[in-house]
Amino acid sequence: MFNIVEKRHWYFLFSAILIALSIAAMIFSTVQFGQPMRIGIDFTGGSIFALKFDQAVSEEDIRTVFADYGLESAIVQQLGTPEQHAWQVRTREVTANEVGSLLVTLEERVGKIDRDALTFDTVEPAVGGEVARAAGLAILVAALVIVAFMWFSFRRVPNAFRYGVCTIVGMAHNLLIAFGFYALMGILAGWEVDALFLTAILTVIGFSVQDVIVVFDRIRENIPRHKKEPYEMVVNRSILETIHRSLATQLNAMFVMVAIILFGGTTIKPFIATMLVGMVSETYSAIFIAVPLLVAWEKAATRRAVARATA
Amino acid sequence: MKKSTTWQLVAIVLIALAALFVDLNIEHPDWAKNLIFWQPAAHRDIALHLGLDLQGGLQVLLAADVPEGQELDAAAMETARRVVENRVNSLGLTEPVVQAQGEHRIIVELPGIENPEQAVETIKGTALLEFVDAGNIPLPPGTVITTTLGGPQATLPETEVTPTTSLSPTAELEPAAPGETTGETTGKLTYETILTGAGLKNVGLDRTQQGEYVILFELNPDAAQTFAEYTGSHVGQYLCIVLDKTIISCPVINSAIPGGQGRIEGNFTFDSARQLALQLRYGALPVPLRVESFNRIGATLGAESVQQSTRAGAIGLITILIFMLIYYRLPGALADIALIIYVLINFALYKLAPITLTLPGIAGFILSAGMAVDANILIFERMKEELRRGRGLMTAIEIGFSRAWPSIRDGQLSTLIICAILFFFGTNFGASIVKGFAITLAIGTVVNLFTAVFATRVFVHQIAASAGQWVSERKWLLGV
Repeated sequence: MFNIVEKRHWYFLFSAILIALSIAAMIFSTVQFGQPMRIGIDFTGGSIFALKFDQAVSEEDIRTVFADYGLESAIVQQLGTPEQHAWQVRTREVTANEVGSLLVTLEERVGKIDRDALTFDTVEPAVGGEVARAAGLAILVAALVIVAFMWFSFRRVPNAFRYGVCTIVGMAHNLLIAFGFYALMGILAGWEVDALFLTAILTVIGFSVQDVIVVFDRIRENIPRHKKEPYEMVVNRSILETIHRSLATQLNAMFVMVAIILFGGTTIKPFIATMLVGMVSETYSAIFIAVPLLVAWEKAATRRAVARATA
Repeated sequence: MKKSTTWQLVAIVLIALAALFVDLNIEHPDWAKNLIFWQPAAHRDIALHLGLDLQGGLQVLLAADVPEGQELDAAAMETARRVVENRVNSLGLTEPVVQAQGEHRIIVELPGIENPEQAVETIKGTALLEFVDAGNIPLPPGTVITTTLGGPQATLPETEVTPTTSLSPTAELEPAAPGETTGETTGKLTYETILTGAGLKNVGLDRTQQGEYVILFELNPDAAQTFAEYTGSHVGQYLCIVLDKTIISCPVINSAIPGGQGRIEGNFTFDSARQLALQLRYGALPVPLRVESFNRIGATLGAESVQQSTRAGAIGLITILIFMLIYYRLPGALADIALIIYVLINFALYKLAPITLTLPGIAGFILSAGMAVDANILIFERMKEELRRGRGLMTAIEIGFSRAWPSIRDGQLSTLIICAILFFFGTNFGASIVKGFAITLAIGTVVNLFTAVFATRVFVHQIAASAGQWVSERKWLLGV
């Protein structure tokens, strides 16, 4: 029988490298942008405009108009290809009363704006802070509830506590990798943390237990069945028996997510991509981290027990 | 063949057909619409509702602007919501949304609106409270009138030429029944404004010895003077309280009111008296509101999103159907049928509930479809395992379903827990996109239990019962 659990140190090392890279991306992002991930206006407050002009316009003209409204620090970027004449402008928050005259001034001095394609978003800084705190709380509550749920489901299994802790480790692993991925994409492609990112993270937390549950379930079933086998073998057998299912499920989820990333709208691409990274990480961490960790723990406990007996 | 499975199969087919009927993009007959008893009778409808991000429009999140720590009155917040709703309705949009979000927020969604600045003005604008001379005829609450104050310029000269007396409505202008005039402007008549809300100093609530609720008010000295003179000369006539040019109530003047203190009687309940008192005290908005965030999505962008996500969903689903068929063969084909029924039922529920679809909502649905086959995969993998161990087809099926169940249940429950947290978060912060995702994912998870576990089980049993021998001899059909 192929032994997955035996080579656990290699997987632990691999994950440690991935996590180190994630943390490096977050540190790099902190150095460059002052935050471990670029935070969008949902959490910081501010305004963002997507403007589509019907002719070529100059970046300088757009910038000047915004500066006249006291928004000197506006960041003006071209979107898509130059022929689309599409621009994105980020500033501190523009009030509802200012928006109208700002747009009219833009049309007068820069060029006609396609009103059907006009998109803007403004969030007050105070709200952003409140939402950010609530988001942190939501993540914490979600993680706690899910772990409590795991512990409850496996309460009759010997050492149920260990199953809960291994789940937490797996979950933390997935979250760190998802955060690292987003930090990297923030550096490379300017992705910003928004309400959808939070949704993706909470979904990753929810799905963090899907594969772990299946393997743990099988371990629970196999322990009385194979009483003569050492724990390590039982766990390994359980992984092998369930790996087809884990891969098949992962593949199907990947089909739809890749389809959305390739063919879906640009607005939800970062959202789905984060979820995809989180879920691939989830399947990996269930099989190669959380479950082998259970074995490592068992071995350490046995070693201690033996040491105590011989002492 | 067991009789119960046959009936279950019939039930599944009927449900699938009903869902298909709802899904069809046709004008549904009235009897079908009337079956949706949980929707308000006035606009029962079988249609997909698209969120702002898919049809374009303006979303404004309003928050109560009260100092931190100050108690916020839930009733006042509800009154504020209603006032905003009335103003939004005056814009004449199709399906605007005005909803309370959590305890101190109101979300306003204005689909397809052209002029965002004006919408924000309309929602936020401070309301005008007026006391208006209605003469001898009371006006039904809800009537929209023109007054001498700040009305259209064209009516002003008229009022100057013909002072007070001619402004009272004449007998030929009978007030229509409340139902007919509500929300409509009554003729070209201009009513005279006696006082505005600026003259109010204090408003309170009291209860008479007969147990009736009355509203007490106190005026500033200047206003009191005007009021005393006016009421003295108009006893027996009606004085209307008007908010934003809409009649709130038309009490009769029982006697002259000197000293600037008076009371408004009417058949008030505690709630209606309290609401009117709140409106008098704070103007139309009993709670000052602040625009916390606003968000406009272009209509073309929305249309593009619909097109793209439909395409992405179709490609994703077809890939899953093919994968299941190739990987699990006959059971895979059954799971495919179940998945198609799953899609039909989900869309039918979106139309019936109704659920407003947003872009993340569609993503949640597509994702849930991707996860929906997980239950089938768990079951089929277990069946294969048992078949390889040499068990008979029927036993393998039984073990497959019963042993996979705990994993399916735990997985589904953890998804639902996350959906609940997302829903709570989305509701409290006006993040309707987060809410949309949570709702479709949750509905999908529940529907999945019906299709992937129950329906597939019935299908598998039917095949095993009618062609079990034949299938057992062709193991490749089972993917073993």
